[in-house]
Amino acid sequence: MAEVREGEIMNVQHGRPAVLLPGHDYGTITDKISGIVFSAHTPIAWWFAFFPALALIGLLGIAATYLFYQGVGIWGIEIPVAWGFAIINFVWWIGIGHAGTLISAILLLLKQSWRNSINRFAEAMTLFAVMCAGMYPIFHLGRPWLAYWLFPYPNTMTVWPQFRSPLVWDVFAVSTYFTISLLFWYTGLVPDLATLRDSARNRWAKMIYGMLALGWRGSARHWKRYESAYLFLAGLATPLVLSVHTVVSFDFSIAILPGWHATIFPPYFVAGAVFSGFAMVLILAIPIRRVYGLQDVITMRHLDNCAKVMLATGLIVAYGYFAEVFFSWYGANPYEKYITWNRAHGPYAAVYWATILCNVAIPQLLWLRKVRFSPVRLFFVSLVVLMGMWFERVMIVVISLHHDFLPSSWGIYIPTRWDWAIFFGTIGFFLAAFLLFIRLLPMISIFEMRHLVRETTEEAKLL
Amino acid sequence: MESKDKTTPTPAEHSPFTVLRSSSPGSGRPRETGNGERETEVPGVAHSPFTVLNSPSPGDSRPRETENGKRETDSICPGKLGKQELLEAREKLAGSTGPEYWRSLEELAGSEEFRRAVQREFPKGASEWLDPVSRRGFMKLMGASLALAGLTSCVQQPVEPIVPYVRQPEEVVLGVPLYYATAMTLNGYAYPQLVTSHEGRPTKIDGNPQHPGCLGGSDVFSQAAVLGLYDPDRAETNLYQGEIQAWLSFLGAIRAQVAAQRVLRGAGLRFLTPTVSSPTLAWQLRAILQAFPEAKWYQWEPVNRDYVRAGAQMAFGQYVETRYNLLEADIIVCLDAEIFSPHFPGNHIYARQFAARRKADSSLVPITDVLNHPLPIRPMNRLYSLESTPGMVTAKSDHHLALPPSELERYTRLIATRLGISAGGGQPRNSYEAKWIDGLLRDLQAHRGASAVIAGDTQPPVVHALAHAINEQLGNIGKTVIYTDPVEQNPADQTAGLKELVADMKAGKVDLLIMTDVNPVYDAPADLDFLGALQKVSGKIYHGLYLNETAPYCDWFVLGTHYLEHWSDGRSFDGTAGIVQPLIAPMYGGKSMHEVLNAFTNNPDRSGYDTVRRYWRTQVPGSDADFEAWWRQSVHDGFIANSTLPAKPVKVKLAALPSETPAGQGIELVLRPDPSVYDGRYANNGWLQELPKPMSKLTWDNALLVGPAMAKHLSLQYGDVVEIQTPDSRKVVGAVWVHPGQPDNTAATCFGYGRTRSGRTGNGAGFDTYPLRTSARPYAVPGVTLRKTGQQYKLITTQGAQDMENRHVVRAAALNQYQADPEFALRMESEPTGPETLYPKYDYTGYAWGMSIDLNACVGCNACIIACQAENNIPVVGKQEVARGRHMHWIRVDSYYQGDPANPRVFFQPVPCMQCENAPCEVVCPVGATTHSTEGLNDQVYNRCVGTRYCSNNCPYKVRRFNFFLFQDWNTPQLKMARNPEVTIRSRGVMEKCTYCVQRITKGRIKAEEEDRQVRDYEIQTACQQACPAGAIVFGNINDRNSRVAKLKEQPLNYGLLADLNTRPRTTYQAMVFNPNPEIPEPTEQEG
Repeated sequence: MAEVREGEIMNVQHGRPAVLLPGHDYGTITDKISGIVFSAHTPIAWWFAFFPALALIGLLGIAATYLFYQGVGIWGIEIPVAWGFAIINFVWWIGIGHAGTLISAILLLLKQSWRNSINRFAEAMTLFAVMCAGMYPIFHLGRPWLAYWLFPYPNTMTVWPQFRSPLVWDVFAVSTYFTISLLFWYTGLVPDLATLRDSARNRWAKMIYGMLALGWRGSARHWKRYESAYLFLAGLATPLVLSVHTVVSFDFSIAILPGWHATIFPPYFVAGAVFSGFAMVLILAIPIRRVYGLQDVITMRHLDNCAKVMLATGLIVAYGYFAEVFFSWYGANPYEKYITWNRAHGPYAAVYWATILCNVAIPQLLWLRKVRFSPVRLFFVSLVVLMGMWFERVMIVVISLHHDFLPSSWGIYIPTRWDWAIFFGTIGFFLAAFLLFIRLLPMISIFEMRHLVRETTEEAKLL
Repeated sequence: MESKDKTTPTPAEHSPFTVLRSSSPGSGRPRETGNGERETEVPGVAHSPFTVLNSPSPGDSRPRETENGKRETDSICPGKLGKQELLEAREKLAGSTGPEYWRSLEELAGSEEFRRAVQREFPKGASEWLDPVSRRGFMKLMGASLALAGLTSCVQQPVEPIVPYVRQPEEVVLGVPLYYATAMTLNGYAYPQLVTSHEGRPTKIDGNPQHPGCLGGSDVFSQAAVLGLYDPDRAETNLYQGEIQAWLSFLGAIRAQVAAQRVLRGAGLRFLTPTVSSPTLAWQLRAILQAFPEAKWYQWEPVNRDYVRAGAQMAFGQYVETRYNLLEADIIVCLDAEIFSPHFPGNHIYARQFAARRKADSSLVPITDVLNHPLPIRPMNRLYSLESTPGMVTAKSDHHLALPPSELERYTRLIATRLGISAGGGQPRNSYEAKWIDGLLRDLQAHRGASAVIAGDTQPPVVHALAHAINEQLGNIGKTVIYTDPVEQNPADQTAGLKELVADMKAGKVDLLIMTDVNPVYDAPADLDFLGALQKVSGKIYHGLYLNETAPYCDWFVLGTHYLEHWSDGRSFDGTAGIVQPLIAPMYGGKSMHEVLNAFTNNPDRSGYDTVRRYWRTQVPGSDADFEAWWRQSVHDGFIANSTLPAKPVKVKLAALPSETPAGQGIELVLRPDPSVYDGRYANNGWLQELPKPMSKLTWDNALLVGPAMAKHLSLQYGDVVEIQTPDSRKVVGAVWVHPGQPDNTAATCFGYGRTRSGRTGNGAGFDTYPLRTSARPYAVPGVTLRKTGQQYKLITTQGAQDMENRHVVRAAALNQYQADPEFALRMESEPTGPETLYPKYDYTGYAWGMSIDLNACVGCNACIIACQAENNIPVVGKQEVARGRHMHWIRVDSYYQGDPANPRVFFQPVPCMQCENAPCEVVCPVGATTHSTEGLNDQVYNRCVGTRYCSNNCPYKVRRFNFFLFQDWNTPQLKMARNPEVTIRSRGVMEKCTYCVQRITKGRIKAEEEDRQVRDYEIQTACQQACPAGAIVFGNINDRNSRVAKLKEQPLNYGLLADLNTRPRTTYQAMVFNPNPEIPEPTEQEG
């Protein structure tokens, strides 16, 4: 197995780094990936991440308990800004959750084999991000114990949800997305779970992986069924990638509020979601490959590709910002005009300019090859993008609400410590769940990598 | 099912409860509750089982025809349960040891009837239950079981025999409120009121529509008085040096002292009361003073009318009461007269008279009184205001001049001099003000006999005297200005009186001081050192509702009564006398002022009721029967017919005027009563504390108001804490509020805050300004210095911005613009004409409720806000929550400034829910908790609301209010009594909003249905409409072409707020038209 140094570009094919560095055969791939799970030695860095994450989960528990006990008044929300961090973070997490399915489903359909190294953990990331997002709508309710009223279930009151409301669409969009993502992820895991079952030495591990592997024996029939199911789920998931954030954007664009009421919102939200999702993939991938020495599996090619997707979607987002400004001028609606002015000059101007800086200005560095090919630089650009997308949601939710139609009802929103506690709490939940995932399950698809080994060696032979 | 015969076995699919419900004709009607749910009223069971036990149908003890035509008495009647059986039951109980269980009295008595019932009840088809008529059986079981709870070991029941509602008190029908006329006294003037009572609990107070001095209008103090009654911080016992005492021990203790004083001819006896206009109280006091010739009676109100009295003395040589007829006034000049403020005598009627004359053209729909009688339309009046601090009059004026107090006096002199009264006054300060005064003078001279010059209570006597002289000079007396005998019983200089009292106290001449409902330790002029003097008095009795700042320094605290708890009387500003009748027995057994005074007579235990009646018996000639009829009529009406004081012919004989107050002595401090808490007496009233002040929308605090130019000059910012120091080195620390329109070189602040012993609500709110106030200069202190302390204080306002940002929120035009284009308001914004919506059009075939708000009439007095709060059980959230934008008012009054910040035009705009036909809130609610009614109301279903708050986000008017916490007080028992039982109490996490008082609409609709007719115009009034003194709010059925609201909406001035959003609001506004004098330039032209 080749020792690879960080940042070293090896085995350049057609001027680009390889998807998998040479020196691997089926055995080494299997050993390497399943070795992370079976190793008795957990990297110290893992513990360094896990304990703070657990602490943050504790914070989430306290904050949520206090929230349910007291009511949403513990947050900074008020009239007119009746939505605050809960909705901002919901939209932000949902956005992050977009990359996983996009990588898995759309790139699968487009036969982008480079996805194989990153799809598994990207999907897991999606699931955890959607879980974080899913908590918020419940936290957010004035009477959270009645959250189930948003579902159309048969009841003695014979009342149904009100289907004209985008919040009901959200319920369907998010729950469908989560279900399909979970199925897709689990289906993809089954052959690997069987691999783990077969190589596990611990009796309990054998049993648990065995149960989860659903009796997978790797027969041709299994593989056939697997391939069609996986493809089918990919087909199902693909439109969902577009629909979820479109529906989430409807939460805003259906409203008549200036700053929300815009037709640009669905594509602009989807692009923003992919933008932040890829940023999150990079933020996770870069330390992981370093800590676990996976530079030969997650190569510079992957980082480069992710950076390019970020650049492209970032440009769409930038176009969205431009379009909003343009329409507010072109539409000559005084309220829209005011909100555009207010974004840039009002009490939250810092948020607006931070958004522009993080989402438009800094990502332009990704045009530079030396940024794309430097994991450290890429990591920081991704971090900036993730923050920028969060600022963007603050801008959309808060700035639009705080100064709307009648100056008499204008107000200001200042998040309280409980707003922050819940936000950081969900970050902790996300991190902890993700860390457990990389410890307990193969974070890279073993069988798809084996597939890749054959492809790369065949390519090598052809060369 | 209702037609089923008794003998037919009813199929088993009918549940007993269905039977129970449907077999109760009339009273079991489903009733729409405030939250849009339908609730079924089950008579007897829900309210009082006792009623059922003895009287089969509540409210009617006659045998009633049942559905099957049989007489009800034929069936098993609980009334048959005779004494014999009860005796048997008792015997049985007496004979048994240990617990006994039974299901009914019959079982206990072992009656045959019961055994039959048991046999039929359960084993065989449960026929008894399913039979509609034997609902009675169910009632009987319920009734008997509950009644028997009394026979056993219930600890809650007193030993004495108590009397259940066997026969209901006459007039009381459970669930139907009663209305009683009474009156509240403020500053000596009776405010005639009509109080709503639910099962003996007063819940809502409005103006008495029959009263000639009120016309049904109301004010914030009247509206909030009901919360004062239920204030949990009221004192609950009599105290002697901190120990709880009975009333009788007080009587015992006082007798000895009274006897001692009798010997001294009352030389050491002093009474200190508020201003008294109660004939009975004055009669009692005079009798006491006769018995104790050397005793003295003083009156004290911190915001008194000493200057008014002195001004009248100066002008007429005697004190006369001045009242105005603004219906006849073309030109009104207010010399800092806050004629729309709730403490100005006659404010209700002046607001309405003023509004009636604000119609730009005779084709417009006139203002009416509360009983829907139109007031005549006459050419539009013109209001001039000269003020030292901007208020509601400033906002309504066509021209106003902001002047320091000394300048205001000088300008009054100047106006008088120019009208031919030699009063000095010098020259105007600049050319703009010269033009202003010239224009005003020409206007006054052109409208001789049709103008009114009104001086404010806080203006020095010379301004009052000159106002009288000017009015006489202009021939206004007898037309717009009417003089009568004084309304108060003992008009005297209260400040001088208090000084005399304090001197006597200090000299040790006072042995027994009785203070009732005053708070001089808190509010006496600072130079008097009342507290120091008080400590020299040996016998101190305090009678009042609260253990306030004064009470703890007294030996005796005698528990007083709220005006809704006692019998009394009083005179309103026009002299009309009225009886004050109690709505509720004294909640803590307090004694009224009449009863306390009786302790000084030979009838110490005479009741207040007796006293009041005794007095009036001496006033009404004729037999006792005549008196009885007269009494009933007067108590019923709330006022005594033909008791209005007649006009008194007086002539101005101007005494020598005092020399002119020198102007320009540094910063002049203007002291005023607070628009919300007045002189501090309402400090513990949460509704009033949270009420935004008319202009600044400040709540929970007073502030030091400084003009924008002076703030800049002194580099003062909102919330800067400054030390205010008067020339005699009195200091107070307060927070700055930059107030547009506050004249330069002045700073204004209000009394009534900084209380230390007002109760949980009022303690610590704001800062106490009384220490700055001396007896010589009660309302204006020249030569004040302000020093920044560097500290900051958080002042809270409910309105984030007061600039309209060039949006057409309040639409206004001058009269000539209106005449050129009556539809100017509609042209300011393009409203969608077609039904531009994806959803199908809905035809409102029945009623279509709508509202029209006349911005020209609204004086910004806030009465609607408190009325809404009282009617709809709206919680108080506290300063911290208001600071976070979480106040709960369903209707708010926005105020906007326009123009030069030094001299702005101010607009008021009441904003309730617009009840949009295309309501943006409805489409976004995921659970359908806000829906449209067939009558066009935008209903909120509280128990369906899950609290996503999306509706509020999508409401362009931001009239929805959210319960971020459990804002309602669910525990304090007193507050439970204050609530309107017809409106749901909202819980945490629920959105709430204005529903046009849907409970009132439903009640009116049901009444109309019962009488098989349409709801009449004005039959249903919303709470805000009813309270509005100016008649600015009109509600009604817009499908009825003849309704006032429909006619108003046809007017050219009618416009919808933000109607360009295609919300199709049902609440619309009548644009403002003001009537400027063309000779006076706009204030913005003043510069340069």
